[in-house]
Amino acid sequence: MDKATTTALLYLDGISVSFDGFRALNALSFLIEPGEMRAVIGPNGAGKTTMMDVVTGKTRPNSGDVYFEQGAYDLSKLDETEIAALGIGRKFQKPTVFEMHTVEDNLLLAVKDDRRVRSTLWWSSSLSQTRRIDDILNIVRLMPYRDRMASSLSHGQKQWLEIGMLLAQDPKLLLVDEPVAGMTDAETMQTAELLKDINRERTVIVVEHDMAFVRELGVKVTCLHEGAVLAEGSIDQVSANERVVEVYLGR
Amino acid sequence: MVSTAQPFPLPRLIDRGAAIFLAVLGAFAIAVPVCNLLVPVGSALHISTYLVALFGKYICYALLALSIDLIWGYAGILSLGHGAFFALGGYAMGMYLMRQIGTRGVYANPILPDFMVFLNWHELPWFWYGFNHFIYAALMVLLVPGVLAFVFGWFAFRSRVSGVYLSIITQAMTYALMLGFFRNNFGFGGNNGLTDFKDILGFSVQAEGTRNALLVISCAALALGFLICRAIVTSKFGKVLIAIRDAESRTRFLGYRVEAYKLFVFTVSACMAGVAGALYVPQVGIINPGEFAPANSIEAVIWVAVGGRGTLTGAVLGGVAVNYAKTLFTSGMLAPYWLFMLGGLFVAVTLLMPRGIVGTLKAGFERRAERALAAEEGVDAPDATPRAAE
Repeated sequence: MDKATTTALLYLDGISVSFDGFRALNALSFLIEPGEMRAVIGPNGAGKTTMMDVVTGKTRPNSGDVYFEQGAYDLSKLDETEIAALGIGRKFQKPTVFEMHTVEDNLLLAVKDDRRVRSTLWWSSSLSQTRRIDDILNIVRLMPYRDRMASSLSHGQKQWLEIGMLLAQDPKLLLVDEPVAGMTDAETMQTAELLKDINRERTVIVVEHDMAFVRELGVKVTCLHEGAVLAEGSIDQVSANERVVEVYLGR
Repeated sequence: MVSTAQPFPLPRLIDRGAAIFLAVLGAFAIAVPVCNLLVPVGSALHISTYLVALFGKYICYALLALSIDLIWGYAGILSLGHGAFFALGGYAMGMYLMRQIGTRGVYANPILPDFMVFLNWHELPWFWYGFNHFIYAALMVLLVPGVLAFVFGWFAFRSRVSGVYLSIITQAMTYALMLGFFRNNFGFGGNNGLTDFKDILGFSVQAEGTRNALLVISCAALALGFLICRAIVTSKFGKVLIAIRDAESRTRFLGYRVEAYKLFVFTVSACMAGVAGALYVPQVGIINPGEFAPANSIEAVIWVAVGGRGTLTGAVLGGVAVNYAKTLFTSGMLAPYWLFMLGGLFVAVTLLMPRGIVGTLKAGFERRAERALAAEEGVDAPDATPRAAE
């Protein structure tokens, strides 16, 4: 692809991935513009998580192009670490925080900093990093839990901690996989607010099943089915689409 | 302890547990030579020279245990071949000691060790050059295990071999080395190994003074190894290691080069094991290919599990305690059953005390402190937060 042909932050074109004959992604294409927040919905096995795996370098596409930052980087040629360094942060479906570390240390590990062995060996805390961690603790409402082991947090708090860790990396693009799974209604609405806050400065892709939550976000929705885009548009347009109703929402 | 933040990292390096450990080790390193050299033989406090050498051996094992704990307890790398690095360090020291024998050997060859004369070799193999110098040998003690670990780790960690697969290939590595060292034409004395040492740096290896000096040096090496491990695990690097141990791919997505972290800590650990082996050899008077036996490496892992994986003092305690038990039981009527007891111990610790001795104690203290804190605040915390709806 010619590098100057897209303005998109993330550009996926004709991505196919198969595992042992199963086509997880089938010529998937879509664009995310800078500053956008996009909700991705779809039934189980539609390829939502595989799409994130491709973007973050966990899975290599069999064919197709993945470009980041107006076509400047070909993500299919980079590994997880390099992609993370470019500014793509990911929150997993299952909250994976470092259970044996305190909330503060979880954020410390995530804060944007030199990640090389040499510098972590000789590392000492700096005021700016401590401030940054304080800010994030406030944003994700975990200030009172600062010195608590992450393993002692509730499920919802772990999700927030992980979003906090994502923020700490100061990414350009956040991939958030099912952030409200297992949350109470109140927590779900708070999480929507949190993501909207975050979207003021960063581009966000949210994969979610919870339609109330997607509606609350109020952003453009992409519905995946069998590894390809089935419908795209506002939540009302997408949920009125007959095919979407048929394969996903149910009658 | 002072809890205010200080720019100098000493309080970070030496917490209360570490201070107690270093004090005990220091007291041991002073008391044993005093009781051996100054207390008269008839006294109840006298320690025989045999025991001094035995204690020295335990300390070397403790250093090996520490090196295993650094990678297993903190980075989740279960090496079942760490005995190889220990043995390589031991061989490097053994080669120096062999070349010190000189004309006092059976064949009185000033250059060639006895086994080479016996094999009708006429020239010293190139890899034996330089081992007549102590400094060179000491360098090799660090370099040979270090380079092997670096090369081995570079391939293994880059191709993301981990968990049980890594354990198996470390096991294969030590087994392959054992087979090699058993061969006469490998040039390391075949199955007899290297022995009949006379002196080290001009002091007789049999002399009481040398034995005590070796014990003190071993204690110093253990203390240094402990401090190096503390420095590593209390740094941000150490936090990354624990993150890798608990959630490797998560750490990778945060942008850390997991393989570089593993490689560094694996190499440091191998060097430590090499030093342990080098100090072990003059104290036991022999090094042979049996040290490469996979069973030795597995046994060393058991010491760590018993003492407490992920607690440095626990590894040391496990190394000393299990070996003390081994000495005790293999010298009496229970001798034929020792391996069963060792196996039973491992099963019991895994099932009943998965954190090991020190780990269990530590968890107990922490729980009590947390409860006291919660009582003080008037709220109990972890469980008071409403759980998310199912």
